[in-house]
Amino acid sequence: MQAVIKADKLSKHFGHFTAVNKISFEVAPGEIFGFLGANGAGKTTAMRMLCGLSIPTSGTATVAGFDVYKQTEEIKRNIGYMSQKFSLYEDLTVLENIRFYGGIYGLSDRDLQQKSEALITRLNLQNEAKKLVGSLPLGWKQKLSFSVAVLHEPKIVFLDEPTGGVDPVTRRQFWDLIYEVADRGITVFVTTHYMDEAEYCNRVSIMVDGSIEALDTPPKLKQQFSANSMDEVFYELARGAKRSE
Amino acid sequence: MRTLKFLLQKEFRQIFRDPSILRVIFIMPVIQLMILPWAADYEIKNIKLSVVDHDHSEYSRKLINKITASGYFELADYSNSYKQALHKVEHDEADLMLEIPRSFEKDVVKENKAKLFMALNAINGVKANLGGAYLRTIIQDYNQEVRLEWLQMPRMNVEPTIQITSSNWYNPLLNYKYFMVPGILVILLTMIGSNLAAINIVKEKEIGTIEQINVTPVKKYHFLLGKLVPFWILGMVVLTLGLFISWAVYGIIPLGSYLTIYAFAAVYLLTVLGLGLLISTYAGTQQQAMLISFFLMMIFILMGGLYTSIDSMPHWAQMITKFNPVSYFIDVMRMVVLKGSGFWDVRYHFIIMFTFATVFNGWAIWHYRKTS
Repeated sequence: MQAVIKADKLSKHFGHFTAVNKISFEVAPGEIFGFLGANGAGKTTAMRMLCGLSIPTSGTATVAGFDVYKQTEEIKRNIGYMSQKFSLYEDLTVLENIRFYGGIYGLSDRDLQQKSEALITRLNLQNEAKKLVGSLPLGWKQKLSFSVAVLHEPKIVFLDEPTGGVDPVTRRQFWDLIYEVADRGITVFVTTHYMDEAEYCNRVSIMVDGSIEALDTPPKLKQQFSANSMDEVFYELARGAKRSE
Repeated sequence: MRTLKFLLQKEFRQIFRDPSILRVIFIMPVIQLMILPWAADYEIKNIKLSVVDHDHSEYSRKLINKITASGYFELADYSNSYKQALHKVEHDEADLMLEIPRSFEKDVVKENKAKLFMALNAINGVKANLGGAYLRTIIQDYNQEVRLEWLQMPRMNVEPTIQITSSNWYNPLLNYKYFMVPGILVILLTMIGSNLAAINIVKEKEIGTIEQINVTPVKKYHFLLGKLVPFWILGMVVLTLGLFISWAVYGIIPLGSYLTIYAFAAVYLLTVLGLGLLISTYAGTQQQAMLISFFLMMIFILMGGLYTSIDSMPHWAQMITKFNPVSYFIDVMRMVVLKGSGFWDVRYHFIIMFTFATVFNGWAIWHYRKTS
């Protein structure tokens, strides 16, 4: 099958600092691709380049078949993005946020109606639909944020540390949502610091100091580093990191 | 169009949910228009006068009476010596000092010529200047009266005197409020427009929601238009409110047409909002945006012809005012309100304002980056 994300020697420099150093990988459609690395390893920068938010310094990449240099707006039509910072409008209600983001992606009124009802039912937010988003607990916000990011049925959804600061139960529920989305054929590109979550991914890449040091399925990675868990694999690689925040 | 609908819906919801924005939009103009015109007064009153009368004659008393009766001066002090009076000036208890020499009456009567000495406290230049001019006029007037007293019978050889009668066109009573209120309204509109637009976008940068917008297919001009339209409408509401207060409180009804004012304001608001948007594309935080717009606002106000006449500025400063949108709107406001100018009379102002609006908005769209 044709890869949905293709990166070849993709790099980003900020002055003399090389944030991302010649990373190459491919992601297949419907895959859950874990993008791991310590703080400051360059994960967010790499993700921002793939989302068309940041122009790479060198290398090539296509996302959903579009070029990351020239076709950033076409890319944006085909992806969903959930940033590290919570970015729904806290002074709008749950329903208003859903309708706003659905609306600017060009959903029809009927679609908006159906999808927002389905979403609210799925997340059990019936009683909160008319409450301001700012008043919701963090875990709920993150689930809502994720659901809004895939409302327009993108080909790929990029999640930047979606479960940071969320309790284990909600994290579990969050991953249920991710699986549902992947079953619909949406590719999931996710960064995380939780190694148990890395086990949930189909394939995992681990970034150290701007470069990808390992890329495979979790079982094979454990085999390769003769480790018992992803935790150990990560320690093995990240220990050698020179830079940190 | 549909995208714009959703953007506008969102902006209006956010504006009406934020009580502080509503306060800024409605209460600030009301209070400022009620208070500022009373304080921003060109006439100098309550000038504190210190008189040193060495003569103590009927003539000197008459002169002092005439000065205090004018209403501009208050007799703050009646000193015995110049030194004492200077002391008062030094302690800021007097603005102006008038010294009447010992032989004042005698000189007027016998020598046909008398001298007075006037000293001004020039720390407040405007007060000294105008106070001095007022005093000079009063003394001249007094001089006329003295002459009349002495020239009861017309003789052959009357010294010719010139009398000047003037009338003030467009503002017959020289009511400075007619002059200030429209100008203050312009400043209000400018501040509300550029500040709100600038801060609004920068706020989205700060909380990170702009990143979420930048990753959607929303076009740059859609996003900026979504910010511009709501504040444009609010600006028009503020203008209406301001014109209503001008009428209700100060009885100001434009001689020209309200339509001309609204038409010009419509273009003017595009300019100041465009400037606000432009600032927001450069500023990273709300503080930065506030500082930049505060800096520009100072220049706009002080070089806009509101408080000081542009015609009396040095040539280079006049060139700067040509790039100040505020000066054009103040000009138009005064022309329409006081002179009854119509659309055709301010056509060049319109053309220039259109140019400003195009440049600022075009620049803002060009400089706004969805991708860094």
